[in-house]
Amino acid sequence: MPQSTTDIQNDIIENFSLFDGDMESTLFYLMDLGKKLPVMPAEHKTEDYIVKGCQSKVWVFPNFSDGKVSMEADSNTEITKGLVYLLWSIWNNRTPDEILETELFFIDKIGMSRMIGSQRSNGFASMIKQMKLYALAYKNSDRDA
Amino acid sequence: MNQPNIDIDSIRKQFPILHQQVNGKPLVYLDNAATTQKPQSVIDALTKYYSVDNANIHRAAHTLAARSTEYFEDTRKTIQQFINAREAEECIFTKGVTESINLVAQTWGRKFLSAGDEVVITALEHHSNIVPWQIICEEKGAILKVIPINDAGELLMDEYEKLLSAKTKLVACVWVSNALGTINPVKVIIEKAHAVGAVVLLDGAQACSHLEVDVQALNCDFLTVSSHKLYGPTGVGVLYGKRALLEAMPPYQGGGEMIKEVTFTHTTYNEIPYKFEAGTPNIGDVIAFKYALDFVSGIGKYNIATHENDLLNYFSKGIQLINQSTNQSITLIGTAQQKISVQSFTINGMHHFDAGMMLDAKGIAVRTGHHCTQPLMQRLGLDGTIRVSFSVYNTREEIDILLYALTKLLRLS
Repeated sequence: MPQSTTDIQNDIIENFSLFDGDMESTLFYLMDLGKKLPVMPAEHKTEDYIVKGCQSKVWVFPNFSDGKVSMEADSNTEITKGLVYLLWSIWNNRTPDEILETELFFIDKIGMSRMIGSQRSNGFASMIKQMKLYALAYKNSDRDA
Repeated sequence: MNQPNIDIDSIRKQFPILHQQVNGKPLVYLDNAATTQKPQSVIDALTKYYSVDNANIHRAAHTLAARSTEYFEDTRKTIQQFINAREAEECIFTKGVTESINLVAQTWGRKFLSAGDEVVITALEHHSNIVPWQIICEEKGAILKVIPINDAGELLMDEYEKLLSAKTKLVACVWVSNALGTINPVKVIIEKAHAVGAVVLLDGAQACSHLEVDVQALNCDFLTVSSHKLYGPTGVGVLYGKRALLEAMPPYQGGGEMIKEVTFTHTTYNEIPYKFEAGTPNIGDVIAFKYALDFVSGIGKYNIATHENDLLNYFSKGIQLINQSTNQSITLIGTAQQKISVQSFTINGMHHFDAGMMLDAKGIAVRTGHHCTQPLMQRLGLDGTIRVSFSVYNTREEIDILLYALTKLLRLS
């Protein structure tokens, strides 16, 4: 039985709590985490799969099989890539319902709420919305099939 | 060597916001081109207005209304002197530079532009001096032309001359580039535009807090001023226009204040400036804006510019030293001969967004991104820069903190 999305988020919060709110250490850690993201094949990093923010770009390439959504993702900024990794660790290989029902409380708790405050400024905020849209579309296609 | 005659410590004491910690570090505020901080006198004026004087202006007979009206019109006289307009009536209060430009586009442009006419702007423009002209040009069938720049971020004046013709009806030009700090040769630009009979709008958003402003000497037809980039409140701007032009222009918005007489069949309009100030204006912020102008005048533009130029030179030398020891890892963007204290740069191997976040973690506020100048960034082949902009209250010590932080950042890139 895989960990629930809530358990994974609680683990993330615990890991970040070690930095005691120190923003610099938090950012360093995020940049390190980004390096753990599986390499996204270049042919999937196309205009169709880009989620544009004013400053940072995110690519998300989703796939749906056996009732689960998997995702490849990347970003052009290191800090955003760390956040993308965290989201990937929570959502990769989940059912559409699990994705749709997830409340992403970890972002605020690790002091990164500014990254979702404005979709305009950051591709990460748009990515969350885009992933939920993919999940909804897969859910509907699964039901219609 | 020019020495500014100013006491930075006493200036800094007037800005309460500067004395705080951000992310556990003393705040170093270097985003002044986005907005400047406000001196205590401006904050006090706002508090006093709402505590003691609040009333609607230009209407009621009571004492509070008379007082508010007097203070509101005092600001108009102060800005008139600040930009050396011939008359206070030539200064219209708006909600900012964006509205000032839209006002001209939607009134002057609607009346005086026709199919085939040309509007000239520059490659350095902020979106607010591009989009309003695109909208009116599309509506009228007029053509928008752009003065190109060289790689240093300076206008190609030969190309400008080639763009001018009898078809040119308006030149809308930024005085100082917000992204690069370039000071454009506006006197020459205005003379050449006038020679072909064109009207000139100067976007003074960045210029007015750094440079001497004399609209009569410049002979510009319109000038836009931003309060919040001039140590004043947000939500206030000024449109200066020559009387004859303002009188020939139709109203912008309809409503109270802008009318002389209204019946259901016909309305006559008020005199300038009221013709363009429909509705209850932003009274409190306009009144407080006077104190910002007094703050600047009290220190003197020469002293401010001398101090800011010293900071820019100090920063540029610091970057040179860093580059010598790090294989030119920082690239300065915008290296015009004539500049104000704004410097964009990029770091090799590091996205500007990451750099901005890392600097913020050290309490240093900078701007990152395209600075609302996407066409300029496209021209420079960049998707954004890191921008620092120095103001009268910044110090060499703060730049040392920035340079040290950049040195540490480079170890990551």
